Amino acid sequence: MKRFEVLLPLVGVAVLLLIWSLTVWARLVDPVLLPSPMSTFEAMWTGMASGKLGVDFLKTVERTVYSTAIAAVIAIPLGVLLGSSEKLYRSVEFLIDFFRSTPASAMFPLFLVLFGVGDRTKISVAAFGAALVILFNVAYGVMNARKTRILAARVMGASRIRVLWDVMLLESLPQTFVGLRNGVSLALVIVVVAEMFIGSTDGLGQRVFEAQQLFDMPAMYAAIFAAGALGYGLNLLFLTIERRFVHWSGR
Amino acid sequence: MARVQPAETVDLASPVHDPLQRTAPHVTIRGLSKRFSDATIYDNFDFDIPRGKLISVFGPNGCGKSTLINMIAGLFPPDAGEILFDGQPLSRIKFGYVFQNYREAMFPWLRAFDNIAYPLKVMGLPKAERIRRVEKIVANLNVKIDLKLYPYQMSGGQQQLVSIMRALVVEPEILFLDEPFSALDYEMTLFMREQLQRIFVDTATTTVLVSHDLEEAVYLSDRILLLSRHPARAVEFVPYDAPRPRTLKTLSEPEFISTKAHCLDIFQREVRKG
Repeated sequence: MKRFEVLLPLVGVAVLLLIWSLTVWARLVDPVLLPSPMSTFEAMWTGMASGKLGVDFLKTVERTVYSTAIAAVIAIPLGVLLGSSEKLYRSVEFLIDFFRSTPASAMFPLFLVLFGVGDRTKISVAAFGAALVILFNVAYGVMNARKTRILAARVMGASRIRVLWDVMLLESLPQTFVGLRNGVSLALVIVVVAEMFIGSTDGLGQRVFEAQQLFDMPAMYAAIFAAGALGYGLNLLFLTIERRFVHWSGR
Repeated sequence: MARVQPAETVDLASPVHDPLQRTAPHVTIRGLSKRFSDATIYDNFDFDIPRGKLISVFGPNGCGKSTLINMIAGLFPPDAGEILFDGQPLSRIKFGYVFQNYREAMFPWLRAFDNIAYPLKVMGLPKAERIRRVEKIVANLNVKIDLKLYPYQMSGGQQQLVSIMRALVVEPEILFLDEPFSALDYEMTLFMREQLQRIFVDTATTTVLVSHDLEEAVYLSDRILLLSRHPARAVEFVPYDAPRPRTLKTLSEPEFISTKAHCLDIFQREVRKG
């Protein structure tokens, strides 16, 4: 029995496919709105292998990775700096929380004015949103470093800089990864939205939107699933990196 | 003339200047005061810690047992007063500190070996020397733990043992332990008491142990410092001279029982005063 437990997550998938197939078979929904699983996966396969979907997929990956990387490069050092002094963090906490709560999509018009309609706008809005999430998590990770651990380093004679480098930075890593996972998810959301609307010619958002405009439902569903797979994959990637490098997390 | 003052000549020779046999106190505490927002924990507190002895600090809850060693070890500053080690400030000496909460005092991202070596790294010793020093202390203490493990892969007792080795690796002049065994189960506590006793017998390092367990405090100590409720006074500094190594048999000897009973009497008197 135990051997089959690893297959449990597949049960939900199988049930969903079954209900979907039955719905299509029984014609409960207009077939134009809901194509069969087979035709959807066929559209996905041909789209990824030889069609535009594969190109758009890579374009979205590229934008998401760029924006997350930019966000991380800015937000991690800044988060460490802010987190190392609680007073400093408290003085900017409201600003961070305010902009963290502002929907990044509301910033599009502003960034369009600043950066034009190209990739720079999409990437910078996504980076803006992700950076605040990462910043907030890194700063909290540093601030919540175990007091005992810091004291332990202090009584062994470690200087403030050494404590920051040897203890606080490592202590903040689990929380930093929480920030990175949330940040990459948010960046993907923003990139896909940006691709749908602001004068885009490629990307998954554009693919979904175009398929819908052309009433090519299998292609639309295929693009949605591709976006879902991308989001899931990015999250999994960061989880794997975290398990590898932050082996003490949660222990 | 030379025959008139032989005693003085002898006095100036070995015993007095051998640090292990010198009778002057190791640590002198003068006029120590500490207030927390709701209470005065120490008010003009004076005390001398003797050299090369293992002393325990015992007293009612919240009387400032840990506060005392934390101030001596510089974890936080006193409001007033002076603490000197052979006349020198803390910054000039090497000391070791063992926390009650080993889980939070170890560095989980470092293997046990590197945890023990960490204070040597802070001191700026080269890597080869760090490895040599850690291997030496492991051999001296006859420790049989796989030091390639990370702390979270070890039992509580093993972690605390690693933590004690980390404190000892710098060859400290004085060792502080803040309720080091209180998070361990009884079996492990008995084992760790023997380890600590063995370390003390081997190194004769001045050791200050805060304990909430009177049996443990008496069993391990040369002297037991009994504190009053805050503001804390040294009510008595009880000697206990049973030879080492002490064993479980020691616990049933009349001298142990009477010393423990005496300490308990004083303790209860102090508790009732509050």
